Amino acid sequence: MTAPSQIEFVLNGERRVAPAGATLAQLITELGLRSELVAVECNGAVVRRAEHAQRRLAAGDVLELVTLVGGG
Amino acid sequence: MNPATSSTEPVDAPLVVGRTTLRSRLLVGTGKYATNELMRDALALSGTDCVTVAVRRVNLGRGEPSLLDYIDRSRYQILPNTAGCYDAKTAIRTAELARELLGSTWVKLEVLGDPRTLLPDPIGTLEAARELVAQGFDVLCYCSDDPRLGVRLAEIGVASVMPAGSPIGSGQGVLNPNAIRILLELIDKPVIVDAGVGTASDVAAAMELGVAGVLLNSAVALARDPLRMAAAMRDACRAGRNAFLAGRIERRLYANASSPLEGVIGGAAGGVLGAKA
Repeated sequence: MTAPSQIEFVLNGERRVAPAGATLAQLITELGLRSELVAVECNGAVVRRAEHAQRRLAAGDVLELVTLVGGG
Repeated sequence: MNPATSSTEPVDAPLVVGRTTLRSRLLVGTGKYATNELMRDALALSGTDCVTVAVRRVNLGRGEPSLLDYIDRSRYQILPNTAGCYDAKTAIRTAELARELLGSTWVKLEVLGDPRTLLPDPIGTLEAARELVAQGFDVLCYCSDDPRLGVRLAEIGVASVMPAGSPIGSGQGVLNPNAIRILLELIDKPVIVDAGVGTASDVAAAMELGVAGVLLNSAVALARDPLRMAAAMRDACRAGRNAFLAGRIERRLYANASSPLEGVIGGAAGGVLGAKA
């Protein structure tokens, strides 16, 4: 159960809760990530970095947060 | 001037892929190195100016150094891949995320068939390539070595057709050089052999076919001495390219002496070496 002040969402395949009204930028900061190294997809569509500060999480959002790693 | 003195070094045109120009014809992956420092040093020794990276979910544990901290972006063009994607839709989403991460429309498209062979799925590859080209990406397209598929990819406007020499990470070299040769005759886009390189001679042999470049990763990262292998790949790429441009001699069944046949001592004037009366 989530309190009324919280919303539940999915982050990289895991269920998570956040305070209602939290933004993507706040989530990225909270996770200790460097924003310039993270790209965000919400419900299948990329959310541009410039929109992170305004974009509020909604209940049921499915987020993918990705970065670059070694690969061939 | 001393007639024994010469200092002419052959020149080569740069490799142009889409809207990007590369000095080196070797493209090198950043995966599987024991440490980021080793990767950084191997990249430098390889002489490459284009390195591939993968897009993956962030590690939600904190404080991890980023791969990008070890890659000088003023020196290297970063080519993100869609490795690990088994359908066109996931590959397209991954490419869109890569564009957001790097602010660049370069992408190495991979749509794979299954995890055991990692062979490219030609139908999914064509489908994803078409969509990404329409979105304005410069698509460097990993694909099988079927020349007709290469033609279809070139027709839809990929920046480079990149046939696998052999399966990814297998180290078998270029298994079907004739398919690569036919592809080179059929399309005008740069052809880059991507995957399967095991050692330096594989790179040289591929370049001697006339391909525009070679992309490799495991052969350097997993060599006993990655730094020395990186240097070997650099030299092999240049050697193979120069050999291609120089034009090899024809193969013959019998010998063709390099030294004059006339004037060998001991015989009659005008005698020919080995000739019996």
